[in-house]
Amino acid sequence: MEQVGVQPSGSLREWLGRNLPILILIPSLIGSLTYVFVFTGWTMYISLSDSSLLPSYGWVGFENYASLWSSRRWNIAYSNLFFYSTFYVLGAMGIGLILAILIDQRVRAESGWRTIFLYPLAVSFVVTGTVWSWLYSPAAGIEFLVKSLGFENFEFALTASRDYAIYAIMITGIWQSSGFAMALFLAGLRSVDQDLVRAAQIDGASTFRTYRKVLLPSIRPIFLAVAVIMLQFAIKTFDLVVALTGGGPGIATTFPAIYVYDLMFQRGQIAQGAGAAIMMLVALAVVLVPYAFYMAWRRRREAGHG
Amino acid sequence: MADLSIAIDDPAARTARRRYAINRTIIYGLLLLFSAVYLLPLAVVVMNSFRPLPEIAQHGLINFPRTIQFSAWIDAWSTYCINGTCEGMKRNFFNSLYMTIPATIISTFLGALNGYILSKWRFPGSEFLFTCMLLGVFIPGQIALLPWAYLLGQLGLQNSVQGLVLVHVIQGLSFTTLFCRNFYVSIPDDLIKAARIDGAGFWRIFRKIVLPISPPILIVTVIWQFTGIWNEFLFGVVLTSGREQPITAALVALAASETNVRNYDVMSAGVLIGALPPLLIY
Amino acid sequence: MTLEADDGEFIALVGPSGCGKSTLLNMIAGLETVTSGEIYIGDRLVNSVPPKDRDIAMVFQSYALYPTMSVRENITFGMESRGVPKAEQNAAVDRVAAFLQIEPLLKRKPGQLSGGQRQRVAMGRALVRDPKLFLFDEPLSNLDAKLRVDMRTEIKKLHAKVGKTTVYVTHDQVEAMTLASRIAVMYRGELQQFDRPHNVYSRPANLFVAGFMGSPSMNFLPGKTEPSGIRLESGDLLATPVPSGASENVILGLRPEHIHRADAETLARRPNSARVTAAVEVVEPTGAETIVVMRLGQQEIVGRFAPDMAPSVDETVELALDMDHACLFDPTTERLL
Repeated sequence: MEQVGVQPSGSLREWLGRNLPILILIPSLIGSLTYVFVFTGWTMYISLSDSSLLPSYGWVGFENYASLWSSRRWNIAYSNLFFYSTFYVLGAMGIGLILAILIDQRVRAESGWRTIFLYPLAVSFVVTGTVWSWLYSPAAGIEFLVKSLGFENFEFALTASRDYAIYAIMITGIWQSSGFAMALFLAGLRSVDQDLVRAAQIDGASTFRTYRKVLLPSIRPIFLAVAVIMLQFAIKTFDLVVALTGGGPGIATTFPAIYVYDLMFQRGQIAQGAGAAIMMLVALAVVLVPYAFYMAWRRRREAGHG
Repeated sequence: MADLSIAIDDPAARTARRRYAINRTIIYGLLLLFSAVYLLPLAVVVMNSFRPLPEIAQHGLINFPRTIQFSAWIDAWSTYCINGTCEGMKRNFFNSLYMTIPATIISTFLGALNGYILSKWRFPGSEFLFTCMLLGVFIPGQIALLPWAYLLGQLGLQNSVQGLVLVHVIQGLSFTTLFCRNFYVSIPDDLIKAARIDGAGFWRIFRKIVLPISPPILIVTVIWQFTGIWNEFLFGVVLTSGREQPITAALVALAASETNVRNYDVMSAGVLIGALPPLLIY
Repeated sequence: MTLEADDGEFIALVGPSGCGKSTLLNMIAGLETVTSGEIYIGDRLVNSVPPKDRDIAMVFQSYALYPTMSVRENITFGMESRGVPKAEQNAAVDRVAAFLQIEPLLKRKPGQLSGGQRQRVAMGRALVRDPKLFLFDEPLSNLDAKLRVDMRTEIKKLHAKVGKTTVYVTHDQVEAMTLASRIAVMYRGELQQFDRPHNVYSRPANLFVAGFMGSPSMNFLPGKTEPSGIRLESGDLLATPVPSGASENVILGLRPEHIHRADAETLARRPNSARVTAAVEVVEPTGAETIVVMRLGQQEIVGRFAPDMAPSVDETVELALDMDHACLFDPTTERLL
């Protein structure tokens, strides 16, 4: 770059021509890298500061993290997250897989079925949460319907119960995301070499065995990828809970993302809120970093074989 | 299979045919069952937006309409009160539109350009920079809340739709760049080489060769960005308030402002107004 | 490495994949930067000249036809980039299309063309430039076997008609042999030999070239030098003059077509033949000729016979090795003696 001044103007044009791609990339890079590094760094710094309602830069070390981890609400939030992620990921993948296999049976109107299972993806969590909160409402929703059919003792008041409200979130989350898992599984199943299926058929394997022994093992990497993506969704869960239960009843369905929002913008404890946000980042890193390493390792191994 | 008149009297063939029929019944049965569960919420909102409130109270939410009214849609659109202002969701709907359309177009265009550079005009370190940009896909929005609030304040864009456009463009860049780069990587390098020998430069290759092959990926990216930005809630609720809020934030406010009596009819219409654009673009 | 092509020459760069021949071609085209060394086109040093100003045209392995443009647009794209007037463009397209007989295809998109047609269009795109230098990057390797032979002939005819200097990269030694006026054999980034096809084939500079050119490849028989000739590991002594530079160990290279049956007629016609006995293991008739794998002591040798002269399996044959065509290599330097 320092050569520009020394060289005649003709080569300035040449330099511009040669470096045009980099120059065009720079604004996006500044934006993206600010977002990725500066914002993260700043939030991290805030989490180590004595900020309360407004940012302030007195250093307090890990004090905020200590009070975060001693907060009962935060403990509920992250144990909710563990519980929820486990069943949400398993549920969405299970149902997604069943749907993918059903659709893979050369059914008629395939794209119609696919659209039905995929449309929830286009709808916001806010909309989904609001509508499902009505369905869970004992006075008008599913409970009302079943009772009016004659089952007077039926109870289905998930969202009203401290112990069961989280299941309501789970069911709704699975309803929204299983179509996504289905799409990825279906794409995986379709990409398997059809000769494998033919070979299995000639070997006399039943459809069930073909899937269990041939098709599903060969899309193993997709299982992992779907699980990682779903875990990522789970950790970021926010809108759905806000619209469905608002974190309640009480604080029974608090999630880390809700905790962050609450501390930062409702209670004016932005330092602790930032700490909680950093903990979310840590949770994501715990999921993604090993996965990234695993993928890099696999790619290297494949390259070694090729 | 379709023509049973060629039935051969072979017991093995007959059982196989019966098994096939049973299998098909099970498959379609299960698909129908799942579809019912998936479609139920949609059906409920659509029907309730046309049902009068007393009827809903009497017969529950999950029921067919006996009489049809359209007033709920009009209320939700233009007169219903949210947080003390009584002009319905129309303003929030247009906020969302004015936020989503520019943010989608800008982030998609930049993503295509970045993807083109990062796949076809690589330079030393470009792979590393790409990886850094990729991290943006995974970072939770919560991390960026405070910095955005501060930065938009400094830029004079606080509580404005333009501010949200900026936020969504920057946050979307990682995704759009990733999508486009991965698509462009599959375009043979020879094509670019041929064009360079033909005397085409950076822009001409982009305009004449890369963009004309891009519609598939651009469509995917636009759909992804449009639905993602339209449906986004966290930044909408944090960075804007009241009349400037996008529709997702307004919907939550609408639901929260209902304490005693639930106006399911108006809310159904409101929910549909909020869900319609992404469903249509899908 | 130094390569110099005379005006109108057809140079083939040949070598196994990864030998650096495509990199070299890309450097000539200006698509890859040259870190050291100089490239001249005509009298002009082009190291820092961008590809579009080098006055070259290139045909790619994948043809690299712009998929969204019609054949006509593909051919005119370069002229349009340079701002050539429309009328001139049309005249040039018509001339090239007539030359390559692709007029009926001009309105089609590349996706609607067969492999051979795409190949022609790609050549048309190169021809329309009327460049100083043609570059071909394995242009035939995506075609099926039959079409490849036809197109090879076409390229040869084309070069004869146009008479422009051409650099042609291929991994197929038959293409190199049939097309080139001179062949550059490359291996592991280095030039092994640069000579006329006949010399590369009959006097390969080293073991690599000897093994790479020709199919089935040259027989390599390790042996020791003796005053009167070379003693093979099988014990046979082949009478031949030993060159002065030879050390004790040598490798004798003999092409399959220089192994004959030792009948009276052959021996009379080729007095410098050495007689050995070998056992036949495999016979592979290809129609025009029959490839025979035989065992000479512990060593496998491959011969190429006219079908009516071919022995049958398990037969023991008397062979005449034509020592006039034998090459001797030094086993340590691997060079031709």
